[in-house]
Amino acid sequence: MNFLDFEKTIAELESKIEGLRYMEEADGINIADEISRLQNKVNKQISSIYNKLSPWQRTQVARHSDRPHCLDYINKLIEDFTPLAGDRCFGEDRAIIGGLGRFEGRSVVVIGQEKGNDTKTRLEHNFGMAKPEGYRKAIRLMEMADKFNLPVLSFVDTAGAYPGIEAEARGQAEAIAKSIETCLKIKVPLICTIIGEGGSGGAIAIATANTVLMMEHSIYSVISPEGCASILWRSADETKTAANALKITSNDLLSLKIIDEIIPEPLGGAHRDHAAAIANAGKVISKHLDELLVLEPDAIHAHRQEKFLKMTRKDTLDG
Amino acid sequence: MNWLTNFVRPKVRSLVAPKEIPDNLWVKCSSCGNMIFHRELEQNSMVCSHCGYHMRLSAKKRLDMLFDYGEYKRIELPQVKHDPIKFKDLKRYSDRLKDYRKKTKEDDAIIVAHGTLGGMPVVMAAFNFGFMGGSMGVAVGEGIVAASELAVLQEAPLIIVSSSGGARMQEGILSLMQMARTTLAVNKVKEKGLPYISVLTDPTTGGVTASFAMLGDVAIAEPECIIGFAGARVIEQTIRQTLPEGFQRAEYLLEHGMVDMVVPRKELRQTLSRVIGLLCNAKPAGDLIPLDSGKKTKADDK
Repeated sequence: MNFLDFEKTIAELESKIEGLRYMEEADGINIADEISRLQNKVNKQISSIYNKLSPWQRTQVARHSDRPHCLDYINKLIEDFTPLAGDRCFGEDRAIIGGLGRFEGRSVVVIGQEKGNDTKTRLEHNFGMAKPEGYRKAIRLMEMADKFNLPVLSFVDTAGAYPGIEAEARGQAEAIAKSIETCLKIKVPLICTIIGEGGSGGAIAIATANTVLMMEHSIYSVISPEGCASILWRSADETKTAANALKITSNDLLSLKIIDEIIPEPLGGAHRDHAAAIANAGKVISKHLDELLVLEPDAIHAHRQEKFLKMTRKDTLDG
Repeated sequence: MNWLTNFVRPKVRSLVAPKEIPDNLWVKCSSCGNMIFHRELEQNSMVCSHCGYHMRLSAKKRLDMLFDYGEYKRIELPQVKHDPIKFKDLKRYSDRLKDYRKKTKEDDAIIVAHGTLGGMPVVMAAFNFGFMGGSMGVAVGEGIVAASELAVLQEAPLIIVSSSGGARMQEGILSLMQMARTTLAVNKVKEKGLPYISVLTDPTTGGVTASFAMLGDVAIAEPECIIGFAGARVIEQTIRQTLPEGFQRAEYLLEHGMVDMVVPRKELRQTLSRVIGLLCNAKPAGDLIPLDSGKKTKADDK
C-alpha cells in the first residue's frame, strides 16, 4: 500500500500491526487482542482523516495509484467483456478502453479511460490521456450502441486529453467536440461514472450522460488544481488554494446539480477495498439504468438534452 | 483650500495647459512593429497595412463589419447567477467582473445580434477577447444557447465568431458544462437544416475549440490566427520539444483538414454571404456594399 502524505499516522499504526503479525507467526505467542486493539485504532484514525479530507487531499486520493481503475471495474462488473479496437481512421488508442459486454445479464457498450497500474501498463495506456483516435473510437462505439439499442456505460479517469503535437495535428479539439455531440445524439441510456480524475474536456467528451455518478473521493474539474494555480496565482505553491476554489469534490458537484448521485467508498477510500467500492458502483449504476430503461428511445434522448439545457441556469442553481 | 484654488486655478490651467492629445493616435503592429495611423487601421478593419497582420476585433466592431450597413439588433441575454462558486484568486471574481464590465461596457464576453448579411437574415454571435480573454462561463454559454434558439425561431443561419482562451476557470465546473450546452445548442440549428458557420479568429483554444467552434457546417479561419486545444506552453512542457513553425496557426489547421478555408478579414463578409447563399440555394446576393476605404456607411455614424 502506498500511503499519502496525510496518512502518516495510519501508516505508522499499520506497520506496527504488520510487525505484530510477523511476531505472532514467528514466536507463536497469541497477541491477537493487541492486533485487534490496534486495528480499531487504525480504523478510527482512517475515518477521522477521511471524514474531513480537503479538496486537495481528495485530489490525491482520486489519483492514488492503488485506486481501482477502469479495467478493474470492467473485470468485476462486466461479463463476457469483448474489447473492440480502433477508430477506423488512424489507429488504436489504448488510453480509452471500449467494447461489448454484459452488465447484470444485459448487453451493453462500455467505454472508459484506463490509466494503468505500473510503468509498463501506464505507458501502454498513455496514463489515461487519450488522443483524437481514442475519442473517435468512443464515437464509433457510441454509434454502434445506438444502432443495436444497447445502453452505454462510461467510466471517466483521466488527467485530461493528451496535449501533444500529433494530437493537435489530428484534431484533438474536433474529436472531443464530436464525442460530446455523439453523447448528446444517441437514443440509448448513457450512464457515466467518474471513478478517479475527471479532467476537463478529456472527461466531458464521454461524460455528457443521462446520469453522471461520482465515486465519493473522485474529482471533476475544468482544469487541474496545479494548472489553475500556475495560471491564476502564478505559483505552484497555491495548488491547495486552487483546489479549494475550483469546487471539484463530489459533494460540491452534487450541490451544484452537475452530478446525480455520489457512490460511497469503503472506509479509507476505494484503494483500500476494491471489491466493496466496485460493488457499490455496480448497485448504483444498476438502479439508474433500470430507471432509464423504462423510457422510450426519444424520451431518453430528450431527457439528456433537457438536463444539459437546464444545467447551470440561475433557477436550476437557486432552485 | 479657498475659492482661489477651487475656481481660479482650474480656469487658469485650462487656459495655459496644452490641449489633451489622445495618446493612441498611432498603433504599433504587434507583428511587424510598424506604426499605423488609427484611422487608417480602422478603415482597414484592423488589419496591418504593412504586413497584413489581423489584429483582434471587439465583438461590436466585428458585428458592425459583418452585418449589412453595420445595422443589427442586439438581443438581451438571460440573467445568469453572478459568481456562482464564489471564486477568489489574487482578486475576487466578482470584482474582476465589475472591472471588465466597466472597461468593455459589456456584460460578458459575447454579443448576440440578428440582422441581414447579403440581404439574408442571419443570427450572429461574436466573442469579445477583451473581456477576460473571451473565456466561456455560464453567460457565454447562455449567449450561444440564445443565439441558436433565435436562429431556429427565425429559421435563419447562425454565425459564431469565436475569439476565446477557452473555459472560464473562475466558474469552475459550470464553465466545463458549457461545452456540452453549446454543442447541444448548435446542433439544434443543424438539425433544423439551417447552416451553422463557425468563424475562428485569434485565438480560439481550449473548451471553445473542443465544442461548438469545431462543429460548424463550414469552418472559416482568419489568417494566422491561433486555433488549438491545448496551449502551446502546456504542450512544450509535456513533450519537452520546441513546437514546429506555424503550429496551431490557421494555415496549419487548413493543411491538416481541420478548417474549410482561411479568409482575410476583407473578404469575410463576401465569403460568408456566398457560402450561406449556396447552402440555402438562395439567388446570388449580387455585390455587397463594400465597407472599405473612405466610403461612409451607416456603421461609421454610430
